[in-house]
Order: sequence, then structure tokens, then C-alpha cells
Amino acid sequence: MVGSISRRGFTLGASGAGLAMLAGCAPQGPAKGDVQALLNVSYDPTRELYKAFDAEFSKRWKASSGKELKVNQSHGGSGKQARAVIDGLAADVVTLALAYDIDQIASKGLIKPDWQSRLPNNSTPFTSTIVFLVRKGNPKGIKDWSDLVKPGVQVITPNPKTSGGARWNYLAAWAFAQKLPGGEATARSFVQQLYKHVPVLDTGARGATTTFVQREIGDVLLAWENEALLSIKELGPGKVETVIPSSSILAEPPVAVVDRVVDKQGSRAVAEAYLKALYEDWAQEIAAQNGYRPTSAAVAAKYASQFPKLNLATIADFGGWAKAQKAHFADGGVFDQIYKGS
Amino acid sequence: MRTLTAKRPASVGAYLLVAAGLSWLALVILLPLAAVFIQALAKGSEAALSALKEPDAISAVKLTLLVAAICVPLNAVFGLAAAWSVAKFDFKGKGLFLTLIDLPFSISPVVSGLVWVLLFGANGWFGSFLEHNHIKIVFALPGLVLATLLVTLPFTARELIPLMQDQGSDEETAAVTLGAGGWTTFFSVTLPNVKWALLYGVLLSNARAMGEFGAVSVVSGHIRGLTNTLPLHVEVLYNEYDFVGAFATASLLAGLALITLILKTGLEWRYAGELSASRRH
Repeated sequence: MVGSISRRGFTLGASGAGLAMLAGCAPQGPAKGDVQALLNVSYDPTRELYKAFDAEFSKRWKASSGKELKVNQSHGGSGKQARAVIDGLAADVVTLALAYDIDQIASKGLIKPDWQSRLPNNSTPFTSTIVFLVRKGNPKGIKDWSDLVKPGVQVITPNPKTSGGARWNYLAAWAFAQKLPGGEATARSFVQQLYKHVPVLDTGARGATTTFVQREIGDVLLAWENEALLSIKELGPGKVETVIPSSSILAEPPVAVVDRVVDKQGSRAVAEAYLKALYEDWAQEIAAQNGYRPTSAAVAAKYASQFPKLNLATIADFGGWAKAQKAHFADGGVFDQIYKGS
Repeated sequence: MRTLTAKRPASVGAYLLVAAGLSWLALVILLPLAAVFIQALAKGSEAALSALKEPDAISAVKLTLLVAAICVPLNAVFGLAAAWSVAKFDFKGKGLFLTLIDLPFSISPVVSGLVWVLLFGANGWFGSFLEHNHIKIVFALPGLVLATLLVTLPFTARELIPLMQDQGSDEETAAVTLGAGGWTTFFSVTLPNVKWALLYGVLLSNARAMGEFGAVSVVSGHIRGLTNTLPLHVEVLYNEYDFVGAFATASLLAGLALITLILKTGLEWRYAGELSASRRH
């Protein structure tokens, strides 16, 4: 174990020696002696969640195994993070915004194809949905999806090509419009209209939130519910408030162990324990406190008032991620067609 | 160079022009710079200092210093060698060589980062070889160093080339005629002649090495406490709504820029004659 730890603990170290110029310059990583390191590559809005979870998990891991654990975090747009893992970022676990991004990693052989059936609820420890964040007092009177395409309304949402949250936003809008008369055709023109109201496409959900809240661009932000709750908490309730639309989508951000990496580094045991712990009630509480909808019935009941009930479409309504991705977000897909045309 | 001597503005128009120039400078440079420091101190100096004492901030500072400590000397040596060969010798392809040195100025930093992923990423040209031998380049220190090397490559060379061309090789020829060897000539004649220009180039490339964002962002992997350099750490803090922390860290970088500026001005003022012709005041 120690050998594999020192290798991964700070990849800058021994492994960098391949470049002669670095020999002797390698710094001491924080992983010394018996400290084990685990890298969780995650998407944007989970920063605060995993900061809290990692601290608690490390404590519990030490109590049960006697070993120090240092969990390292990397955050960014979900698609970008998946790309980095494919390119060699040595993640022991990935906790991304949607199953498609983990499927991408799996398709390169880094994760076994059956990953989604290895943990409960399609490997989704907690869920979320897409809601609206508007300026204090809701000056534009935004109540539902149809209000987003009214004249003079500016909508902030990130780029669905790079951001998982943005893809959920897009599909939530589509699911809403699909129920209107005209079905698919209405949905297409509604989503096209919607993106005409988007002045900037950030690459990730957190960037979009900062654009809306800090730079004060736009009238409404399509946001993860957890991101909306967090930004109200962080930036003061005096600035923004949430609006719950009539319908939205059940967003399932899944988790997986990166088989190739943990087998190489000998970190499978701790990586699997880490993901399993996400389903335990203490972790579900942390998730609820950070604005994620818990899957544990007990914790969900406790935090019921925080999460209003609404009609939720699911990714299955779109035929699963592989199909939705191909139809809507792949090069030349519906998003490209309508965004170019707008 | 000295035919156009500066004099006091003679007319109202001239004064207006100077005023316009100064206000533009204030608007584009001084105002944003002031904003950085004001934001950093928005919640008092305690809050700003505590942001800099965070373990992640300290490791970002260490990593940034380490990357600069590797890149700047390498580029100084390269710059000297390149300037030496261009200024003292004639060879085929000199024009191409000079153009290539300038390439990092003109390519986008994103590309400067991405090329290393294409070469050394898991699916890159050398990806399977590196994985097999347990060598990590991208998403680790070597990648950060390579990306920084690429973007800072021209700085020293560009300072030295015009000066050394200006100086010609007469003094070296004299030294060799008097029996000095290659290294003696270099250390006793060439190096003393260019030392201030070299320092000037080193300053500039150091500032860029520590401040580079785009290229290192691509190869970093953004693992906090491990592969985040200072500019990347600023982004992390900003994205975590820690605006005081972000701007406190940013003011470290801004402070570096100011120190660089002061040293640079000092060099220009004191050693104008020994810097290249284009830098003379």
C-alpha cells in the first residue's frame, strides 16, 4: 500500500523523475507515511457538499481502519472533468452531474460497463432538480417556463456542451414544452426561443451562478436547486430568491469508482467505502443541508419542507442519456441546430 | 533614437492629449488594480490574511514558486543560447528560428496547454508508454512546468537578441585573439555585457510564469492543494463565493506585478545604456 500511496500521493514526486530536469526538484507531497490519498473528481456545484462530507468521512475512516485519509477534490464542468479523467487525471472516484459523462469514461475502458448497477438508485445517492433563481421581489414576474421567453427577459444558463447542469436545464425546458399542444415541434421552437434570451453561455454551472449573482447579468438563472439554495445562503437572501416552476426534471448526479485507477493504485477498498458512505443517513443529512434531495426516506421526511414537490420528468422520458445526448447535444444535434439558427 | 527629444507640452491641445492618455491609463490599469486591493480588504486585513494562511493557498504559493524556479532558469539558459547563436553567427534558417521563438507570443495559451495533453495525456501520442512506466506528466507538476515553459519561452531571448546583435562580436573576437577559450570568453566578455538585459528578461518571464492562467489551467486537473497554482486558486476561491479570499490571493499576484514593475523601472533608469536599444529612454 505504501508504495502505491507515495506514487499517487503526489504524482509530482517520483513519477515526475521521467523528466530529467525535474529530478531532485520534486516536492514532498502532503501524503507522507501512512496517509492514504483519494481523489474525487466532481462537477461544479458539489464543492461545499464534498468539503463537509470528506471531513466527516476521513474522521470515520480513521476511527474504523486506524488510517489517515486525505481526500483531494477537483471541480469543474461535468463534461470537462470527464474529459480530464479520460486524458489521465487519476481519479479514484468520479461524482459527476449526469450518467452520460460517466458512460464516456466507461467507454474508454476506465470504468466497467455495469457501473450504474453497482450502487442503489442507479448509483445516485441524492438527486436534485432544476429551479429558477430570480432577483429579489421577482421584478419580471417570472412564475413558470413560459415566462422565460417573454420580451425583455434575459435567461442565464451555461453551455450544454460542457456543463451537465446546462443539459438538465435544457431537458427540463424541453419536457415542459413537450406537454403543450404540438408536442415535439412546440418543444423545439420553445427551446430555440429560450436560447435567444441567453446573453452568455458559461462553461459550468458555478460560472453561470457567478454571472447572475455577482456580475448581476440577466433576470433569471436556471439552476440546480442545491446551487440556488446555496447562493441564497452564501450571498444573502436580500439579493435573490427561488421560483419553483410547474414542472421540472429529476436530475440524478451519479457516482462511480474508476476501476482502472483504483486497481492500479490499490485504493479500491477506500474508494468503494467512500461511495457507499454517501448513502448513509449522516451523509444524506449533509446532502440535504447542502440543498440536495436525499434518497433516504427518513432524511427526506426530516427535510421535506425544504424541498417542495413538483412534477418531475426523468431522463427515461428521453430514452436514457445515450439517446438524449445523441439527439440533442452531440455535434450537429438539436442544440447545435437551434443555437446556430438563433 | 535620440533625435526626438521630449519637451514640455506647448499648447492646450498637447495638454489635452496628455490628459486623455493619463485618464485612459487610470481607467484601464489603475482602477482595476485598485479594485483588487479594495476587494481584498473589504472585510479587513484579518480576513484577507487568513485566506492566505489556508493550507490550499500555501500549497498554491509553493507550487507557483516551484514552477517558476524551474522554468525561469531554463528559459534564461535557452534565451542566452538562442541570442548567442542568432547574434554572433550566420546560419541557414535564422529567420525561421526567430519566428519560432516568437510563436508562443501569438498562440493562445489554451493551445499551449492542450498540446501537452495531446502528447502526454492518457490518449495522447505517448500516453500508453507513460502509463506503462508510471510516469505522470499532465495533471501533475511536469505538465505545469511544460505549459509554463512554452508560454514564457520568448521573454529572455527577445530581450537579449537585439542587444547582442547591436553589440556584434568584436569584443569576443578580441578575447579569442588574445588567447581566451570559449568559456572564458563567455563568462568574462559576453555575459557581463548582457547581464542587465538578462536580468530584465528573467524578471519578465518570472512575472509571466507565476501569473499564467490559460495554459496551466488545461494541464492542471485542478486538484486543490496539489496541482492548483496561484492564478488557479484565485479562480477556485472566486467560484466558492469567497470573494475576499479570491482577491486577497489576487493581490499577491498584483503585488508581484508591482514589484516586477519597480525593478524593471529601476533597471531601465540605472542601466539604460546596457539594455537593448529599444529599451532606452
